[in-house]
Amino acid sequence: MHYCGANREILLGSRIQFNSEDSQLMSKIDNSKRKFLKTSAIIGVGVSAPLIFTNAHAAYRNEPKGSTVTFGFNVPQTGAYADEGADELRAYELAVQHINGEGDGGMLNTFSSKALKGNGINGKKVVYVTGDTQTKSDAARASAKRMIEKDGAIMITGGSSSGVAIAVQGLCQEAGVIFMAGLTHSNDTTGKDKRANGFRHFFNTEMTGAALAPVLKNNYGTDRVAYHLTADYTWGWSQEGSIRKYTEAMGWKTVQAVKTPVGAGDFSQYITPVLNSGADVLVLNHYGKDMVNSLTQAVQFGLREKTVNGKQFEIVVPLYSRLMAAGAGEAVKGIFGSTNWHWSLQDAGSQAFVKSFGQAYGFPPSQAAHTTYCQALLYADACQRAGTFMPSQVGKALEGFKFDGLGNGPTEYRAEDHQCFKDVLVVKGKENPTSKFDVLEVVEVTPRAQVEYPASMLGGNLGPYNNG
Amino acid sequence: MDAFLLQVLNGLDKGGAYALIALGLTLVFGTLGVVNFAHGALFMLGSFCAVTLQSLLTLERVVLDPERLTAWGTPMEIRTPYIVDWFGDFGMTLIDWSVPLAILIAIPIMLLLGVIMERGLIRHFYKRLHADQILVTFGLAIVLQEIVKSQFGANPIPQPAPAMFAGSADIGLMLGFAENAVVYPWWRIIYLMFSGVVIASVFAFLQFTTFGMVVRAGMADRETVGLLGIDIDRRFTIVFGLAAVVAGLAGVMYTPILSPDYHMGMDFLVLSFVVVVVGGMGSLGGAVAAGFLLGILQSFASMNEVNSLIPGIDQVVIYLIAVVVLLIRPRGLFGREGVMEN
Repeated sequence: MHYCGANREILLGSRIQFNSEDSQLMSKIDNSKRKFLKTSAIIGVGVSAPLIFTNAHAAYRNEPKGSTVTFGFNVPQTGAYADEGADELRAYELAVQHINGEGDGGMLNTFSSKALKGNGINGKKVVYVTGDTQTKSDAARASAKRMIEKDGAIMITGGSSSGVAIAVQGLCQEAGVIFMAGLTHSNDTTGKDKRANGFRHFFNTEMTGAALAPVLKNNYGTDRVAYHLTADYTWGWSQEGSIRKYTEAMGWKTVQAVKTPVGAGDFSQYITPVLNSGADVLVLNHYGKDMVNSLTQAVQFGLREKTVNGKQFEIVVPLYSRLMAAGAGEAVKGIFGSTNWHWSLQDAGSQAFVKSFGQAYGFPPSQAAHTTYCQALLYADACQRAGTFMPSQVGKALEGFKFDGLGNGPTEYRAEDHQCFKDVLVVKGKENPTSKFDVLEVVEVTPRAQVEYPASMLGGNLGPYNNG
Repeated sequence: MDAFLLQVLNGLDKGGAYALIALGLTLVFGTLGVVNFAHGALFMLGSFCAVTLQSLLTLERVVLDPERLTAWGTPMEIRTPYIVDWFGDFGMTLIDWSVPLAILIAIPIMLLLGVIMERGLIRHFYKRLHADQILVTFGLAIVLQEIVKSQFGANPIPQPAPAMFAGSADIGLMLGFAENAVVYPWWRIIYLMFSGVVIASVFAFLQFTTFGMVVRAGMADRETVGLLGIDIDRRFTIVFGLAAVVAGLAGVMYTPILSPDYHMGMDFLVLSFVVVVVGGMGSLGGAVAAGFLLGILQSFASMNEVNSLIPGIDQVVIYLIAVVVLLIRPRGLFGREGVMEN
C-alpha cells in the first residue's frame, strides 16, 4: 500500500497527540497502568519511528536529497524501434546538457518560459538513468520500475508505442512519479487510459483525422471509397476510428477495414483483396516497420498506377515517422500523412533545436527526438516554477500551462486531460529529396483550433495525483 | 476467380520462401541430426549480403560545398557514388542491379559462414541433447542478429528490385481475364521462379551426383557409410554450407519484397519450423510440399470472406494445421516412420 505525504502527516499527528495526552495522565494513575502506558508509549514511538523517518526525509516518492535529481529515460534500445529510441536518447542527453547549462542551450533560448536558468532544476543538477522498453509493455514496466525503485528516478519519460506508454503511465501513477510520454499517438493515452501523473506532448489520432481530412478532401475530393489496413492493437484501432470518422463525415465510404497482425512482414495476402474491392483509396494504419513493408508492397502491386471508379488510386499513411519513411524509399513519394514536428520548420525554436542536434550528431532530429526533448524541458520548467519535484505540484504547474518557442507554435497543456494542444503538420512524401533526411515536405500547418476537441469526448478519468 | 488466382499466387510466392528456408533446415536435421535455430539468421545474413553489396556500390565521394549550409550550419555535402564517377551509366546499372548481383557474393560468403558455423560450433553439439542444440543455435542466432544490428541499425533498409522489374505484370490478360483484373508484381513472379530453380537444383544435386548419393546414403545410415571408409563428416559439413547458401540466396532475393532488418530471420524461423514439422522432419520433399501448402493456406485464410466467417483465422491457421498434423500423424506428412513418433 502506498501512503501519500499528507496521509502520513495525519497518521503521525494523531500518534504524537495521543502520546502527549497520555503523559499528562501518567501522574494520576497507578504503577501498573503507568507501566502499561509506558510500554505502549515506547511501542507507539517505535512504530512511529519509520514513519517519522520517512516523512522527515521524503515528502514524496524519490524526493531528491543531494545535489542532483535523477530522470529515467525509458526508450526502446533493442527491438524494431531501437533507432527511434536511440534518437530519443540523443535528444534527452541534449536536454539534460541544456538544463544543466552546457552546450548552446538549444530551445531553452527560444522557450517562452524563462524559469530555467541553465543551472539545473531547483538548484540541483540533472543526472539520468536509462531503461530499455524493447517496445514490450512488460519489459517497459520492468525497466521503469527498476529506475524508480533502484535508481531513484523522480520522473519517467520516453517510449515509441502507445501500448507501452499506457502500461508505463499506469505504473508511474501507482508508483507516484510523473510520466512524460514519448512518442504515443493513440487517443487512449490521454483518453480512456489517462492518469493524473501522465502528460503527453505528442499529438493523437483524433488530431490527425481532423488535420488530414481537409487536405484529402482538397486533393482527392469527397466521392471516394476507402479500404483500411489496420495494425491490430490500441494505436491501430484508434487511428482507423479517427480517419473513418473524419473521412466518412466528408462523404467518403469505407468499403472494408481489415486488421493485420503487428509485424506481419509480408502483407501481400492483405493487399491483393484491395485490388478488386472497388476501393480507390488505401489507408495504411500502420507505423514503423509495418508501414514500410505494407506501403512498399502496395506500391509493388501497382496500386498507385491503378484507375478505379474513374479516379486515380491513392494511398494514405496517416502517421509518418521520417526515420521509418526513409525505409520505404521511393514508395513514400507523394503520399499524404501527418507528423508532430519536422526538422524543416523555420520557426526560431525548431531552428535552434535542429542546430543543436545537428551539430552534436551530424543529422537532423526526428519527431520522436523533438517530442522527448520538449517533454524533458517542460518537466524541468514545471519543477522550477513549482519550486519542488512533488508530482502533484509539478502536475499543477503543467496543467493549463501555455507556452511557445518549442517548435509547434503557441501550445497549451490542457488541464482536463493532460494533452498538449498545438498546430498539426500535414506532410507528403517529397518528390525530389535533396538528401537522405529530406524525405517529407510540410504541405499544411493545421491550426490548433481545427484539431481541438472537448476533453470529455475521449472518456477516461484523470483521478487524483499520487505523490508516492 | 481473379481473387482466388491472386491468393494462389501469393501463397506460392510466400510458400517459395518458406520452402527454401525449410529445405535447408531439414537438410541439416536429416544429415547432422541438429535442430538448427540459427537457420533463420542465415536467411537474414543472406539479405544483408545484398545490403552490403549495395552499400559498397553506393560508396560516395563527399565534397563539401561551403556556399550552401545545412539546417544546422555546417557546409552541405555533395555526394556522388564512386562507381558512377568511374563508369558513368554502367555504374548506375550496377547499382540498379545490386540485388541480383548480390547472389554472386552471397554464394561464397554463405558457404564459408556455414562451414565455419558447423566446424567451429555446431559439431561440438552432435552428441548432446536436442535441447542443448536448440539453446546454442538460438543463442548464436541472437548474437548474429545483434552484430548485424550494431553494423546496420534496427530500421529496415530498402533494396529496390532492378527498375525493369519494378512494376506489375498483367497476368489476368494472359489468362483471358479483363485488363488489370489479375496483376502481380514482376519481382514476386521472379522470386517464385527463382525458388523453383533453387529447389530443383538442390534435388538434382542430391539425386544425380556421386556426392549427393553419398549424402543420401549417410542420411539413411550414417554408421554404415562411415564403415565403408567414406569421410561422411566432411560431406555433412559441406551439406551444412549448402543449406546456408540456400537460406542466404532466399534472403538475397527476398529483399525487394521485404526490406531487410536484423530481425527478419526470427520472423521466418518459427514458420519454417512449423513447415518442417508438417512436412516431416528430415524429409526434403515434405519440406518443399509443406512450404507451398502452408503458404497457400495462409493466403486463403486472409481472404475477407474467410476472415468474416472465422475472425482471426489468418493469424493461427498455420499453427492449427501443425497441431492437427502432430495429433494425427506425428512424423509429418512425408516423414520417415519412427521420426518424432516416440
